[in-house]
Amino acid sequence: MNNERNAFQKIFLPKPANHQRNSTWSLMRQNKQSYFLIAPYFVLFFTFTVLPVLMAVALSFTSFNMLQPPQFAGWSNYIRLFLENEVFMTALQNTLIIAVVAGPVSYVLCFTFAWIINEMPPKIRAFMTVIFYAPSISGNVFFVWLWFFSGDRMGFVNGLLLNWGLIDAPINYFRDPRYILPILLVVQIWLSLGVAFLAFIAGLQTVDRAMYEAGAMDGIRNRWQELWYITLPSMRPQLMFGAVMQITASFAVGDISIQLAGFPSVAYAGETIVTHMMDFGWIRFEMGFASAIAVILFLMMVGTNKAVQRLLRKVGT
Amino acid sequence: MVAVQVSKRIDRSQYATVDERGKKIKYARRTKKLSRSVGGTVALFIFIGIFAIFMVMPMVLTVSNAFKPLDELFYFPPRFFVRNPTPTNFSDLFILMQQSWVPFSRYILNSLIITGFGTVGHLLFASAAAYPLAKNRFPGSKFLMSIVVLSLMFSPVVTAIPNFFIMTQLNLIDNQLAIILPAFSASLGLYLMKQFMEQIPDSLIESARIDGCWEVGIWWKIVMPNVKPAWLTLIILMFQALWANTGGTFIHSEELKPMTFAMNQIAAGGIARAGTGAAVMFITMIVPVTFFVISQSRIVETMATSGMKE
Repeated sequence: MNNERNAFQKIFLPKPANHQRNSTWSLMRQNKQSYFLIAPYFVLFFTFTVLPVLMAVALSFTSFNMLQPPQFAGWSNYIRLFLENEVFMTALQNTLIIAVVAGPVSYVLCFTFAWIINEMPPKIRAFMTVIFYAPSISGNVFFVWLWFFSGDRMGFVNGLLLNWGLIDAPINYFRDPRYILPILLVVQIWLSLGVAFLAFIAGLQTVDRAMYEAGAMDGIRNRWQELWYITLPSMRPQLMFGAVMQITASFAVGDISIQLAGFPSVAYAGETIVTHMMDFGWIRFEMGFASAIAVILFLMMVGTNKAVQRLLRKVGT
Repeated sequence: MVAVQVSKRIDRSQYATVDERGKKIKYARRTKKLSRSVGGTVALFIFIGIFAIFMVMPMVLTVSNAFKPLDELFYFPPRFFVRNPTPTNFSDLFILMQQSWVPFSRYILNSLIITGFGTVGHLLFASAAAYPLAKNRFPGSKFLMSIVVLSLMFSPVVTAIPNFFIMTQLNLIDNQLAIILPAFSASLGLYLMKQFMEQIPDSLIESARIDGCWEVGIWWKIVMPNVKPAWLTLIILMFQALWANTGGTFIHSEELKPMTFAMNQIAAGGIARAGTGAAVMFITMIVPVTFFVISQSRIVETMATSGMKE
């Protein structure tokens, strides 16, 4: 019952009105049923999402092998990561290549496909949606790419090239460092038309028709101008959401690399930050070092997301 | 390409008049059709056609392979489509299932437990939390929502290692709850549900509140029946995530592992089991895809509200 706001209030409520002392507490008491409803979710959310992030940050400053208690190690994990670990540089490079190529490409494809099929009749639209969305929900079906790029002559790519006489011996695609990363890119793009694609389809259907008619009156000449001046600005919220989904997914590539190119891949050609983290975490049990990798990945994902969000606010202006 | 103007533009000058302040009034007249160039349409359709083939080819191959007899799987030059479809691969798979060390029905049961409880729990927990966040303002509500949005910006792989220690502390290693409980608190579901609930009219909730209904009652009796499209969206997103889950680092006992794990084992059998492997892929693919085909329109409806405001 004093004027001082405690730490909790300072975080949760910007400024209490002067005439209402303890308004935070009274507000909280009024809303206790709301807290009751959100409690189960947020207890789990803090346990399995927030706490692990904090723990990863804490562990990244320690040396921890799961047998002995963690020991404080300062910045040594990070120093080792950037100065002494050459494979991490490969992993970082591969991840950035995948993120820079697959991220924007899949984002643009998601939008372009959604935009084109939006003008089709509903039945065809529904059919096309299934075609484009199916790869991202069908689990481990990306194994089928092993049939295309199989190292023997039964693989489709090898079979065709051999048949046409372009090569005289089958190429072992997943064992040759030159081919691993490009194939991973193709597979990642194939897999990536997920939630963002659906969000764009839905967003396009909610754009007000009258806007287009008004735009036509105001001198919009063709579909490209219509896209830039009307469609994109009215879909900005969906574009933001889609960007978050695509960026996060493109930085998290790891599983397809392990399943297709092996773990570790030949000459680390398919090594990404995620596979590098798994290598140190689950195989070498250097948990402190693996946590440092996780923290770097976290910062890259969140940083890119924030930067792109800032960029997207300028769309159509 | 020469842009061909399809629409006939109306001469605006004859409709434009000037209002009292000297501003032009624009009359919204229906134009025949929005201007579309034929060349552009053709180019776009060719573009989407090529990509549609690229997208659908692996799926078609999966289906085609599942029905190929062994000699067709290893035919040179490789054939894309099946010539003599046969159900042998599926019957072989069935035989393999019966021979597995842990009865195959056990794997199926495990998958049902994990996907069933995980999906239903996620739906209940996430929508219970989404309703107050969407409709009530209380201390901390904005802060909590902003961490949920932040958590969309990184992938769960980041937290894999600490999560293992947390599971160890909670004594959940080698327990299916280690997969199920984190699924309850997935952030994408809460986010989509909250965005969808925001469009429920406030008057509906206010009138229930005046009638003396508790928040829990409002959530269950008024909000939930109104967000059925969002249910399906949360269900399919969580279902497919859990369906693809193999138990990973958390489950070690063979008799607790889900069906996907056993299926992957069969699929990894190499050349000798290429046929059954193809059958396995077909089965893992067909379940979530069928689910999506059935519920597509509801899911798209939910996604319309998915937008992020700054």
